[in-house]
Amino acid sequence: MSEPLLRVQDLRVHFDTEDGVVKAADGLSYELQRGQVLGIVGESGSGKSVSSLTIMGLSRAENARISGSVVFDGRDMLSLAAEQMRAVRGNEIAMIFQDPLSSLHPFYRVGDQLVEAIHAHHDVPRGAALDRALELLEMVGIPEPKRRVRAYPHEFSGGMRQRVMIAMALANEPKLLIADEPTTALDVTVQAQILDLIRRLKDELGMAVIIITHDLGIVAEMADEIAVMYAGRIVERGPTERIFAAPEHPYTWGLLGSIPRLDAPAGSELVPIPGRPPSLIDLPGGCSFHPRCPYVQPRHREQQPLLEPVPGGRGHAVACLLEHETRARLWRSLQRGAVPEQARASVLAEDAPDG
Amino acid sequence: MAENLVEVRDLVKHFPLTQGVVLRRRIGAVHAVDGVSFDVRRGETLGIVGETGCGKSTTARLMLRLLDPTSGTIGFDGEDITSAAGARMKALRREMQMIFQDPYSSLNPRQSVGSIIAEPFAIHRLHSGEGERRRAVQELMEQVGLNPEHFNRYPHEFSGGQRQRIGVARAIALRPKLIVADEPVSALDVSIQAQILNLLRALQRDLGLTIVFIAHDLSVVRHMCDRILVMYLGKIVESASSDELYHHARHPYSGALLSAVPLADPRAAAARRRQILSGDVPSPTDPPPACRFHTRCPRAVTGRCDVDEPLLGPKPGGGLAACHFPLEDDARTALPAR
Repeated sequence: MSEPLLRVQDLRVHFDTEDGVVKAADGLSYELQRGQVLGIVGESGSGKSVSSLTIMGLSRAENARISGSVVFDGRDMLSLAAEQMRAVRGNEIAMIFQDPLSSLHPFYRVGDQLVEAIHAHHDVPRGAALDRALELLEMVGIPEPKRRVRAYPHEFSGGMRQRVMIAMALANEPKLLIADEPTTALDVTVQAQILDLIRRLKDELGMAVIIITHDLGIVAEMADEIAVMYAGRIVERGPTERIFAAPEHPYTWGLLGSIPRLDAPAGSELVPIPGRPPSLIDLPGGCSFHPRCPYVQPRHREQQPLLEPVPGGRGHAVACLLEHETRARLWRSLQRGAVPEQARASVLAEDAPDG
Repeated sequence: MAENLVEVRDLVKHFPLTQGVVLRRRIGAVHAVDGVSFDVRRGETLGIVGETGCGKSTTARLMLRLLDPTSGTIGFDGEDITSAAGARMKALRREMQMIFQDPYSSLNPRQSVGSIIAEPFAIHRLHSGEGERRRAVQELMEQVGLNPEHFNRYPHEFSGGQRQRIGVARAIALRPKLIVADEPVSALDVSIQAQILNLLRALQRDLGLTIVFIAHDLSVVRHMCDRILVMYLGKIVESASSDELYHHARHPYSGALLSAVPLADPRAAAARRRQILSGDVPSPTDPPPACRFHTRCPRAVTGRCDVDEPLLGPKPGGGLAACHFPLEDDARTALPAR
């Protein structure tokens, strides 16, 4: 395979705080090919946003300690000077956020803000930039762009504002678009429009996309590959099909069991994950998921699992200390409708005590 | 005992829009709820689903008499409570309780959890002995899955999911007949959401509660509810059993809403037919005439849907829909069977 557009290796982002060290990202590794969509899923506090902020050079706080490497299109992003970073940010990599209202300046016309985004990276006459702004608004499906280009952000609805944000992100035809919870603030029919728009523009412009979300449905529909994050680490990563058809990590099983599904038969039960996610300051020893894991073994409290390829998994990797065979049997048992305790009893009892 | 616990008829709520500080001229109204009628049967979970501005939360607040309706009537347990007041209203409040969306802002940060949960007892002068009240509170905490020893702690010491459990304990403290839950899990993480949904289901089973469950998330509503009302811009556009709605949605808006929900299954997601609506929900200050959905509806017929308002009427399959051109079985937004 050709050189990936983005390669993140062993990225660690730790923040020193009064209460202790917050390990927001603790050894993240992933790759993204050109034109592909990577979905990063996780709950609040899983560290799903921090790696992308670091790629963008947005987590360079005084108390941040960053190590590892981030190579984007042949450049090491972590060693770029601020000025070089500015040339990449908003140009080759663009980002859209959850709340479009707070990402737009309330005092400036939308057209002027788009022109500014273009001028930040290209020295073109104002007329040409304005033409481009109109073209962008048209491309993201804003009706009457000639009139809307003179409007202020408050005159737009939530969905329209997110379209403006996307237009701004695409102003310089980035190679990578990072979308951090892009539709969380929107209604479901508007969310469908925005996801459709991102999908269409990705195909037209051939850009790669990282979509960060808590919604498994969104990654199922959008992503080619998925990384599941828990407590600052990637616990499972692989092609979307595989993550849903043959997930290997007990946390992923827990997430899939927790969501009410529109297409589930009536009366089906949810299987929540007990407890709650750990604080990033005070991570449990061994496997971070062990206090909530129904299949925990004594040694899981001591040993930290590494993200390792699943046998025959074609890009599927998991950080779990259970054997692959055991995991497969547990998942089959859950698939047949067993609750975690039953699955544990039927599968793990057959193994040696420390299986 | 009548079959229906709540009977809502022709309920209307308009919030006036005014201009000017001194004279406050009335320049219009937000048509939050515009002629809504429905029943809540004893022991069922009724879902109200819809997008921002559809009037679902206003409807809930009107039912509980937290807002006064512009017109229409609300019947509760066989009695017209539309204009109940004073001692009568206070007695009614014992029978109907609410669970709110945001477990952070719905709990007083300066009150211990024990006194938050005991407040309904204080208001209604129940369990007056200190020891007795504490026992009742601890029993409730146990019932909703909180550690009873934590009754002296303050809300900030609890996580979002635990705070929502506190809200649930407070709501069930007086053994109400009706609980209205307004987006009770939308502020919570996925793994915690499931815990609260399971708790609500278990409590309903154990206490024989009637629940009105309001949410924008169709998958959550389908999971929780026996029947579902779909609202759009202050009107009910469809009313059907949960299964019926999911398998045979009749109103094009319900169909679009169903097809907009992302499915956590790549194969099912790829196989289904999508119906992406254009535009945003229009403003409730100036809703479109006749059928309010006609501006976004893929089936709208000019000269009919923009002139003649469709009424909520029976449709094949047993549900009610307000549409001149309802979806047929084969035209429904197909969600493949699992």
